[in-house]
Amino acid sequence: MIIYGTALLAVCHLLGIVLGDLLGAALGMKTNVGGVGIAMLLLIVMRLNLHRIGRLSATSEGGVNYWGAIYIPVVVAMAMQQNVVAALRGGPVALIAAVGSVLVCALFVSFINRMEPPHAEPENKSE
Amino acid sequence: MWEILEKAAKENGLVAAFAIVGLVVLASGLISRKLTFGRVQGSAIAILIGLALAYVGGKMSGGTKGLADLALFSGVGLMGGNMLRDFAIVATAFEVHPEEARRAGWIGAIALLLGTVLPFIVGVGVAWAFGYRDAVSLTTIGAGAITYIVGPVTGTAIGASSDVMALSIATGVIKAIIVMVTTPVAAKFMRLKTPRSAMVFGGLAGTVSGVTAGLAATDRKLVPYGALVATFHTGIGCLLGPSVLFFAVKAIFGN
Repeated sequence: MIIYGTALLAVCHLLGIVLGDLLGAALGMKTNVGGVGIAMLLLIVMRLNLHRIGRLSATSEGGVNYWGAIYIPVVVAMAMQQNVVAALRGGPVALIAAVGSVLVCALFVSFINRMEPPHAEPENKSE
Repeated sequence: MWEILEKAAKENGLVAAFAIVGLVVLASGLISRKLTFGRVQGSAIAILIGLALAYVGGKMSGGTKGLADLALFSGVGLMGGNMLRDFAIVATAFEVHPEEARRAGWIGAIALLLGTVLPFIVGVGVAWAFGYRDAVSLTTIGAGAITYIVGPVTGTAIGASSDVMALSIATGVIKAIIVMVTTPVAAKFMRLKTPRSAMVFGGLAGTVSGVTAGLAATDRKLVPYGALVATFHTGIGCLLGPSVLFFAVKAIFGN
């Protein structure tokens, strides 16, 4: 039943939000702390466990996969309701922050990858 | 006739939103293939069109919720609202294979952590340089420099204003586009050749759409490795953004 997958997703989502709220309260904040991230971790764990005991059918998985696939359109809808008029007044901030962070990250990618041991190549061929 | 259409769209807001967003995504796919020859991913174009429509909606209504302030498009507010957005993001965790992720080892985890903290520091620094002084705005803009999803999730959690949220999303979207377009050009400099190097890249570059599109244009074989690490990015960003990073900014800059 496809609803099982969607219900599993919903339960993980709600649990994550509740745990995030509890964590927030424990840290002395009125806000949710990492609820979405906790929900994602819960879903990964649930998926692994259900797979191991063989209780997750392909149809049930479809109930989650649909929502995973719909996330770009949801983000598009989210973009449509942002206060862009106000954002454009701060224009250069977004541009400079984006360019700056990409440059810094590219430098680190280059630095880390130059440290990669050369014997990594034959390993790939055997895979 | 127009009145009947308008009434139908108003009374079926969410359904109308599905149709509108579908049309935008369709148009973006066409633009991506015909005008940019697949160089710029359709989803990035769709988000840019969405932001442009939000600008038009904001100008027309004078409100703060972009297109959703126009009665005809109010359903967009529900579709792109916090509830469905978080629901869809949590669902993407289903695509993560932990056993393959474990193979990425400590270097993937380090790249992931650096890819969260470094853009955040740059974002906060730039926001500070442009006169933002409150911890909530600084954190939200810094989080936007991580990805365009971490930005609004963090902003919502700590109560940022809508214009700061839009700025945060704009930062993330511009970052994703830069990653998509420049990855093939900078592939040699970044030594993007092996699965391990793609995982380091996925962790540091962050944005899933940017990483997958950028790697696809570089070497198709590397895509799953980069995406694997990058799919953890949003989760870790959403976990650290409103918590550790926000507290750190608060401790350094006060309120």
